[in-house]
Amino acid sequence: MKFRTRAIHVGNEPDPQTGAVVPPIYLATTFIQPGVGEWGEFDYSRSGSPTRKNVETTVADLESGSNALLFASGMAATHCVTMLFKAGDHIIATRDLYGGSYRLLHKICDRSGIEVTLVDVTKPEELAAALRPQTKLLWIETIGNPLMSIPNIRQCVAFAREHKLLLGVDNTFASPALCRPLEMGADIVMHSATKYLGGHSDCLVGALITADPELHKRLYFVQNACGSACGPLEAYLLGRGIKTLEIRMREQCRTAMQIAEHLSRHPKVTRVLYPGLKSHPGHDLAYEQLGGLFGTMMSFEVDGDTNATKMVCKSTNLFGLAVSLGAVESLIAHPATMSHASYAPEARAAAGISDRLIRLSVGLEDPEDLIADLDQALSQI
Amino acid sequence: MSAITRATGDNSANHHSADRTKLQQDGIGFSTLSVHAGEARQKNADSITDPICCTSTYTFTNTQSIIDFIEQKQPREEYGRYGNPNEKVVEAKLAALDNAEEAIVYSSGMAAIVGLLMAKLSAGDEIVFFDECYHRSREFCYKHLARFGVVTRTVKTGDMQAMEAAINDRTKLLVSESPTNPHLTCVDLEQFVAIGKAHEVETLIDATLATPYNVRPIDYGVDYVWHSATKYLGGHNDLLAGVIAGSKEKLDSVRHLRGILGGINSPHNLYLLERGLKTFELRMQRHNANGQAIAEFLEQHPRVEKVYYPGLKSHPSHEVAKQFMKGFGGLITFNVKDADWRETANIIDACKIPRIGPSLGGVESLIEQPMVMSYFNYKPEDRQKFGIYDNMIRLACGIENTEDLIADLAQALES
Repeated sequence: MKFRTRAIHVGNEPDPQTGAVVPPIYLATTFIQPGVGEWGEFDYSRSGSPTRKNVETTVADLESGSNALLFASGMAATHCVTMLFKAGDHIIATRDLYGGSYRLLHKICDRSGIEVTLVDVTKPEELAAALRPQTKLLWIETIGNPLMSIPNIRQCVAFAREHKLLLGVDNTFASPALCRPLEMGADIVMHSATKYLGGHSDCLVGALITADPELHKRLYFVQNACGSACGPLEAYLLGRGIKTLEIRMREQCRTAMQIAEHLSRHPKVTRVLYPGLKSHPGHDLAYEQLGGLFGTMMSFEVDGDTNATKMVCKSTNLFGLAVSLGAVESLIAHPATMSHASYAPEARAAAGISDRLIRLSVGLEDPEDLIADLDQALSQI
Repeated sequence: MSAITRATGDNSANHHSADRTKLQQDGIGFSTLSVHAGEARQKNADSITDPICCTSTYTFTNTQSIIDFIEQKQPREEYGRYGNPNEKVVEAKLAALDNAEEAIVYSSGMAAIVGLLMAKLSAGDEIVFFDECYHRSREFCYKHLARFGVVTRTVKTGDMQAMEAAINDRTKLLVSESPTNPHLTCVDLEQFVAIGKAHEVETLIDATLATPYNVRPIDYGVDYVWHSATKYLGGHNDLLAGVIAGSKEKLDSVRHLRGILGGINSPHNLYLLERGLKTFELRMQRHNANGQAIAEFLEQHPRVEKVYYPGLKSHPSHEVAKQFMKGFGGLITFNVKDADWRETANIIDACKIPRIGPSLGGVESLIEQPMVMSYFNYKPEDRQKFGIYDNMIRLACGIENTEDLIADLAQALES
């Protein structure tokens, strides 16, 4: 079955008891057991719950994995991955990295003696130079945040296999509708499912998907021990959102392309970073890895100073000034003070995130309305 | 304030007086309306989505604030049966989508039509129905409205002369579905409205199968538009809701009666309805595309005797449908060639993707046999009268991939 059909049906078997076409939401924290020392499928909801399991089944299928785990947030999911390691271990991560992941790696993992090196993963020589005997994990993003860099996933897979590293891919910006890194040989796919998968800005969920049941068991052990699974109501809303994932992504990507083209012709815009533009250094690779769509995220710089940048951000009517992304509502953000504020200033400069950078998440509104809104905001400077 | 800001709510920080002015015809895109219309631009706690307001009652700061409310100086909520904040947002969004001044949401589609009819009709009044209609609507009018002295007359669907002839000086309302269920007959809305206006009788269209994406009956002068919002508007087979849209003047008495009868929806449902509406245009595009492609597939299939779908040239309503509708929806009815009811049921049982169940308009495809699902206890001659045949199947296409649905139907028809 094709992607959209699976998104609707896999993990959504009608309730056997009532025939309900939508499986019920199980809020129970605990489950009655068949006997002393005998365990049913579910015991305590930190360890597993029917509603979470259904949506995990859907997510695993869409990512072409064998198993998925849902967490209370994307950061809880990423944290679970880092909990596989111990003092002395070393992680190589992309430099075009979500600020929250940067903070986790540099300000939490360092407390346990785990070391981190950030590299430009689009450059194989930087990857090779960062390698140490203690390196255990290579962490990349399918589309880098906020500069939209595109790593060569297959090359990263080859590098990780050669050096016996785990390859973790934050696939949040692409979603499985565009890219399925497990099919290319990645070990772990991570999602902030809060974004495209949920899609409606109303549930906070993270996900880890693997194609290796043994690796899944190790991650599940951490999740269960640390207690960071998501609740049933969030899981339900996530599953409901996933049913329209593909059609939302297609439409939003198409609108994003129109906006990127419009901005790249706009006299007040000096630079547009969108993988769909031929001018983007990762364009050809993105075309190959993302199935002909390029996501709904883009960054741009305006012809003006920081104040002009802030003026644009606060002048839009349809784009809401807010962090997060991937939902039906379009958002505008200023990475230097918002999503990437937790970077050290020098690290931000090294990553190429200027104070003039504006990031857009393109939603489901009519493209003409969004373009008109950006035009009026740009006319304020 | 720009047109968009006005259409999407107040930009000020005054949450309680959030201005939800509806400006549907400002050239704002349909999907933009679906996402934003009816919502305050800036919400409580600066949340991007509306909070679910689970409260049965609303407190007043002091006695004077009650008096101000009674004297209508300060619009606000009072008690849960009269309305709630989640309902206000959904009603404004639905009104915007239907290009109506106002919309009233109910706990189900049937609660909505009952709410309207009970508010508008008195003993001695008459209504005229087209005969193809949802069987529970017909049942309510013939069995229950009759107990209150209201007379229901039915005429052949689409026969405008018969409808006009059925009107007398006691007639208060003309009612039709468009398209009808399950025959998908479409009504010429201009003629329907013209008859109503000529005789000063109000008109109501059940546009559940069309949805505001495909047709907005208000634009043609229809007085009331009725939807079972359980279907395409909610779109996920996970809530029940009904809505009546129209002018504020005509709906004030209807809203007042709902406050007494209590057929209001719950905040949880209303939130899911609001959330479902965000993807309304996308879903309808897929429903329309699936409906058309699958109807064409069925029409050329050797085991299919007849297909009822307004997007097909063979459908008697095709020209009318083309004139009034942008697309033709996801519901298809077809008759299986040389099959009795059991052989027809076998095809349904062989389907792997559509679930067997009543209802329609959700992301999951549903399939059923009207003779079994809705008319099992009717006499054969009554079924014949309503055009319900033993070999008839009703398929409500969801938004799955078209190829998957066609492949599944192909294997079921060959089984």
